[in-house]
Amino acid sequence: MDLYAEHILDHYHHPLGKGKLATPTVVHEERNESCGDDLAIELTVEGDIIMAVRWQGEGCAVSQAAMSMLSEKLEHMRTEDAAALKPNDIREMLRVPIGPRRTKCALLSLHALKNALLKLHHKPSQSWAETLGE
Amino acid sequence: MSMDTEVIRRQFPFLTARGSPCAYLDSAATAQKPQSVIDAMRQQEEMHTANVHRGMYPLAEEATAIYEAARQSVQSFLGAQAPQEIIFTKNCTEAVNLVAKSWGKANLRKGDAVVLSPLEHHSAIVPWMQLAEHSEITLAWVNMDASCAYTVESLRTTLDTVQAKLVCITGQSNVVGVRPPLKESIEVAHNAGALVLVDAAQLCVHHPVNVRELGCDFLAFSGHKLYGPTGIGVLYGRRELLEGMSPFLTGGSMIREVTRKGFSSAELPQKFEAGTPPITQAVGLAAAIKWLGQYPWGEIEAHERTLIETTFAGLQSIPRLRILGSDDPGAISGCMSFVVEGVHPHDLTAILGDQGFCLRGGHHCAQPLHEHLGVPASTRISFGMYNTIAEVQAFLPALEKAIHLLSKS
Ligand SMILES: Cc1ncc(COP(=O)(O)O)c(C=O)c1O
Repeated sequence: MDLYAEHILDHYHHPLGKGKLATPTVVHEERNESCGDDLAIELTVEGDIIMAVRWQGEGCAVSQAAMSMLSEKLEHMRTEDAAALKPNDIREMLRVPIGPRRTKCALLSLHALKNALLKLHHKPSQSWAETLGE
Repeated sequence: MSMDTEVIRRQFPFLTARGSPCAYLDSAATAQKPQSVIDAMRQQEEMHTANVHRGMYPLAEEATAIYEAARQSVQSFLGAQAPQEIIFTKNCTEAVNLVAKSWGKANLRKGDAVVLSPLEHHSAIVPWMQLAEHSEITLAWVNMDASCAYTVESLRTTLDTVQAKLVCITGQSNVVGVRPPLKESIEVAHNAGALVLVDAAQLCVHHPVNVRELGCDFLAFSGHKLYGPTGIGVLYGRRELLEGMSPFLTGGSMIREVTRKGFSSAELPQKFEAGTPPITQAVGLAAAIKWLGQYPWGEIEAHERTLIETTFAGLQSIPRLRILGSDDPGAISGCMSFVVEGVHPHDLTAILGDQGFCLRGGHHCAQPLHEHLGVPASTRISFGMYNTIAEVQAFLPALEKAIHLLSKS
């Protein structure tokens, strides 16, 4: 299947979870400097459950669609499970082939999520290499 | 020899070997190589391999002569006075770094300024920024408007406000294709007591360059954009300047003598060529210059002008598409860049890429220029001598289709 499949373009054009939360527990932004992709993720966490997810961003269809799909998946997820998400989970979620050129586009949402959760626990951000699992 | 695009294309294995047609529209990043360049390099490796300036046997002498003949090809290509003024480097970036780290480090003092413009490629910006981190020199930026016209007046204004020691100026933008008025700018800079380094990486591929006519002090370019190989670049420097400069990299080949107490440097040009140089690549570059030299510049430029004008007119008629920089196609050479409202360049170039159109999306190593234009990234189309109107005519509807696919319905 090609990268710009209908469901990807659909999420890109009609993103889910886009917006702001009134009182987020944590807010975190990540950018891909080389392409200008930008995602800011907001989470409301109660206990260890992600109660609400909103995000804002700009960038290519792949980065934005991935964030849209991930935000849907995250609601009511335990923070522990969210922190354990792997690049492959995102690939499976996207259901399109992600080549090496687009890996960072596809995984910017995951990178933003991981660092949002680290921030929630007052820990320093992780690097791209850690997000990629290299 | 007069220039027939079909004949030119046949000399490029890449352009003829492909089963499916591929429109290579990214020559500003790197150019395809003609067969004669590939053959010359292969011949060099097969039959003339020996290190240069080292052996006493005939083969070593032959290799040295070939390498020095390549230097003379570059000398005459640039109209330099002497072969000693031509230094082989790894690429254009290394050539600029050589100037920053040798001349810059020794000559720039607290309060001195290096003058840049938003048109510069990162390779002509970052070496000066790095130098500024360790000294108290300043970087001054020439102002320009959204048309990206570099004016002598604006340069003068900048020169009036700082203690300029060097003006670093691109010959031709690798994003918007505009050409600063080089000769006048160099004159104005000299009158203000500043030296001038010209980044000719794009210019020398599309227009004749003569360092003596320009009167520049330094000039840099890369072989791989000039239909030559990667791994070789050139720094031209006026002889008296180069003679006064300290070596950049040190080690073998660049010394006259080494004792336990220290070393003394070789004469030009070896002083700046530490270690075994890119011999095969120098041969390839000389072959590229020879290949290019078969065609009159007037014909090359006329052909590339029709490519630019056809593309400009076609892009202009696409809704929500904005061509960056000049609104006069006559002011654009080699490449142009554009943005489409609501469509990211990476999506556009990925879709076009799958259809065989090779274009670059991103910031093209010119983030300050994109910041100046208020966009994070753009899509660039760039040309070589081998591109055809037919490719442009196939590209335009493909672009429209891709934009349509990516746009919200
Ligand atoms: C205007 C300009 N200057 C400098 C460079 C740097 O060339 P290189 O990457 O070969 O060092 C490039 C191309 O990348 C360029 O387009």
